[in-house]
Amino acid sequence: MEKRVKFKGLWLPILLVLPQFLITAIFFFYPAGQAIWQSLFIPDPFGLSMQWVGLGNFEFLLADRYYRASFLTTAVFSILVTVVSMGVALYLAVLADRLVKGSGTYRTLLIWPYAVAPAVAGVLWLFMFNTRVGVVTWYLGLLGYDWNHVLNEGEAMGLVVVASAWGRISYNFLFFLAGLQAIPRSVIEAAAIDGAHFWTRFRTIVFPLLSPTTFFLLVVNIIYSFFETFGVIHTITSGGPQQATTILVYKVYADGFVGQDLGSSAAQSVILLAIVSLLTVIQFKYIERRVHY
Amino acid sequence: MATLTLSNVKKSFGKTDVIHGISISVEDGEFIVIVGPSGCGKSTLLRMVAGLETITSGDVQIDGRRVNDQEPMDRDIAMVFQNYALYPHMSVFDNMAYGLKIARTPRAEIEERVAHAAKLLQLETFLQRKPRELSGGQRQRVAMGRAIVRKPAVFLFDEPLSNLDAKLRVQMRLEIKALQRELGVTALYVTHDQVEAMTMADRMVVMNGGIADQVGEPLEVYANPATEFVAGFIGSPPTNFLSADILGRSGDTKVGVRPEHTRLSDSGSLRARAAYSEALGAETLVHLKCADGTQVTVRQDAASTIPQEGNEVGLDWDPANEMRFDPSGRRC
Amino acid sequence: MAQQNGMVERRGAGLWLTHVGLLVGIAFIFFPIWLAFVASTVEQQEIVRPPMPLLPGDQFFSNYARALTSGVNAPVSTMLLNSMIMAIGISLGKIAISLLSAFAIVYFRFPARRLFFWLIFLTLMLPVEVRIVPTYEVIANFGMLNSYQGLILPLIASATATFLFRQFFMTVPDELAEAARVDGAGPMRFFFDILLPMSRTNIAALFVILFIYGWNQYLWPLLITTDPEMNTIVMGIKQMFPSGDDTADWPVIMATSILAMVPPVLVVVGMQRLFIRGLVDSEK
Repeated sequence: MEKRVKFKGLWLPILLVLPQFLITAIFFFYPAGQAIWQSLFIPDPFGLSMQWVGLGNFEFLLADRYYRASFLTTAVFSILVTVVSMGVALYLAVLADRLVKGSGTYRTLLIWPYAVAPAVAGVLWLFMFNTRVGVVTWYLGLLGYDWNHVLNEGEAMGLVVVASAWGRISYNFLFFLAGLQAIPRSVIEAAAIDGAHFWTRFRTIVFPLLSPTTFFLLVVNIIYSFFETFGVIHTITSGGPQQATTILVYKVYADGFVGQDLGSSAAQSVILLAIVSLLTVIQFKYIERRVHY
Repeated sequence: MATLTLSNVKKSFGKTDVIHGISISVEDGEFIVIVGPSGCGKSTLLRMVAGLETITSGDVQIDGRRVNDQEPMDRDIAMVFQNYALYPHMSVFDNMAYGLKIARTPRAEIEERVAHAAKLLQLETFLQRKPRELSGGQRQRVAMGRAIVRKPAVFLFDEPLSNLDAKLRVQMRLEIKALQRELGVTALYVTHDQVEAMTMADRMVVMNGGIADQVGEPLEVYANPATEFVAGFIGSPPTNFLSADILGRSGDTKVGVRPEHTRLSDSGSLRARAAYSEALGAETLVHLKCADGTQVTVRQDAASTIPQEGNEVGLDWDPANEMRFDPSGRRC
Repeated sequence: MAQQNGMVERRGAGLWLTHVGLLVGIAFIFFPIWLAFVASTVEQQEIVRPPMPLLPGDQFFSNYARALTSGVNAPVSTMLLNSMIMAIGISLGKIAISLLSAFAIVYFRFPARRLFFWLIFLTLMLPVEVRIVPTYEVIANFGMLNSYQGLILPLIASATATFLFRQFFMTVPDELAEAARVDGAGPMRFFFDILLPMSRTNIAALFVILFIYGWNQYLWPLLITTDPEMNTIVMGIKQMFPSGDDTADWPVIMATSILAMVPPVLVVVGMQRLFIRGLVDSEK
């Protein structure tokens, strides 16, 4: 698509794009290039020189037990976060959609947790489940359950998943509600007249018609759980216990800044970059398809 | 007040020629309508005069000045767009005053000119409204007002009435024409509607495929179309075209006869079957079909007898009203 | 025969169940925040001897005053100010550079326009997290550690907003630009008088989204602000936890958490319409 009208001039448009060009070049393309470049080297222990290792960093990473474990952790984590937050959001959206009056009020009440930063969400949930002072921990103790996410890997994973999913419900709710409200009433009424009960209607009509929204949210939530949950993990578990909650992004940080292993950290960045690019391509392919519908 | 001269103006987009060389000279104060089907290049021609499209070759002169390379604002023109192109966030007043503000016209003069235009267009009570709060006809008037306040040498109209409903269109047609007379401004008006062309034009230009088929006064064009295209395009219902074959003549000359000149007569040599008729009140249109499928329309007084559907009748006309076209479509 | 409870609209018991279901969901979402609020109004002793109360105490003013004026490492008021500057800087900066470049891309022909467009496209959706180490080095080399520029610039180096404005500009009718030309407006005049006012809603919607994005940043400020005076509030909370076995100052930490939520929540609730529009736009 092109505009019919174009203004004349050469220097003006160049001047107009210059700020964005400079900032993007310096703070995006240069670092991204550096990440790729650094991934091909290992620094000596004193950081004085760099030794070319080609794809050595990648080979080393893929052979590394901890890195492979982190891959698995990330997969489990992001699937759980996506399923939990989308599930709860869909449930609430379906309920809110059934209200003729008042769905706006519920929407207002449900959307604002979007504004709560993942790191703050982490602190809130940490407080509830704190091993010494947590309220939930205490009540679980009364029931005879000894909660300790500092030692128990499964409990740690559960906690970061719930805390991450919690902050994401608003977002998913909004999109699901919009998707539901975009389904023509007449279609649902026709099904009701055909005798389909609520659950049958949902399964055979609503859910299939909602699939574009669902697919979109699936991709967006996976990207979210890959990157934006860093704050949750860092505040609640710091990747522990025994790296049970070390997702890929956390490992880039831990190896690069805490472990100072720049070559490996850069290689990890490059792998992440590839994964995001792949997800983005899938998303754009999908959006393209949606446009054709 | 100005004259406008187009000499052999051409336009190509890449290798495609859309306008093949058009020359028109518009007198001071004249209202010229360019009419033609969509895609004939009429809007492109207008936009070239406005300076919104570059001119591939040829000259455009306003009052004797060659304006080919001038920016629109320097050409001393004003334009009314099809969708009005009102600035949606500005009030009616600001919409009209915008060009004057850019030209650094003194505030008092801006107010005076806008007030004058608003009075002319009966927009005085709407000056503080936003375009979205106006009806289609009112928006149309604001677009006119924006053109008027600039006191241009030439008014350019790009299908200004095509977004209005039929009734309003008739009314605005008269208003625009009256306004142009009153202001005495030279005007170039583009439309695809031949009724607008007939009723508004001092002279009209009938365009077809990037060529001006005919330039002339409306009645002259109607009575004496230069080409088969013009004969078919101007006039409603359109001219009946009959091949030499069906008329039993030799050669390949096509004959055109307007519906009002075609008569039903038992003695007519051309036979046709009545298909259906449309009674419009004052007159009735009788549609007939010849043996080879050629459609013919006859305009009858409401009082005259209308043939039964399916009946065969004869057709006849005064040879003086016959228009003959050679195979290339030109009058001969 | 279609049964009454099979119809679309719910009545009676069904309607009640719907409300109950929604309220349970809302309770689940509110509970952590309620608890944090309660904790921010009681004394430390009430928290460290579980179970803590579930209703607010009377220490609201003293806890919040303590947080705002002294905090643990730096006063929360300082951190709030830092967050505010960072969030507004990111929003305004990104909107400004994106508007200009989108205008250039849509309304001009210039060499390398296509190239520039694709470069911008590349930056979509690649979050700062994947290039943190080299970006950190760039900032360090510029001497921008512990500075607002360092907090802001890397986070505006992406083109989502440019894309958005490009899409919007494409929908602006060509005739408006032509009318402006006939009226004698040059490109910048057209930009400021017509395009910018017409983009108001889009700009505001984007501002809401970017403000929250900027406010909620965690990893980046964590890396480049070693000076507590430059900490943002979202990352500062974690810094308040003592290392080792010392007991955390829970009332102050929870008061800080609540304070960290208030500005973005106000923005979302206060500008709900724009917020929803911004979300939907930026994901299109």
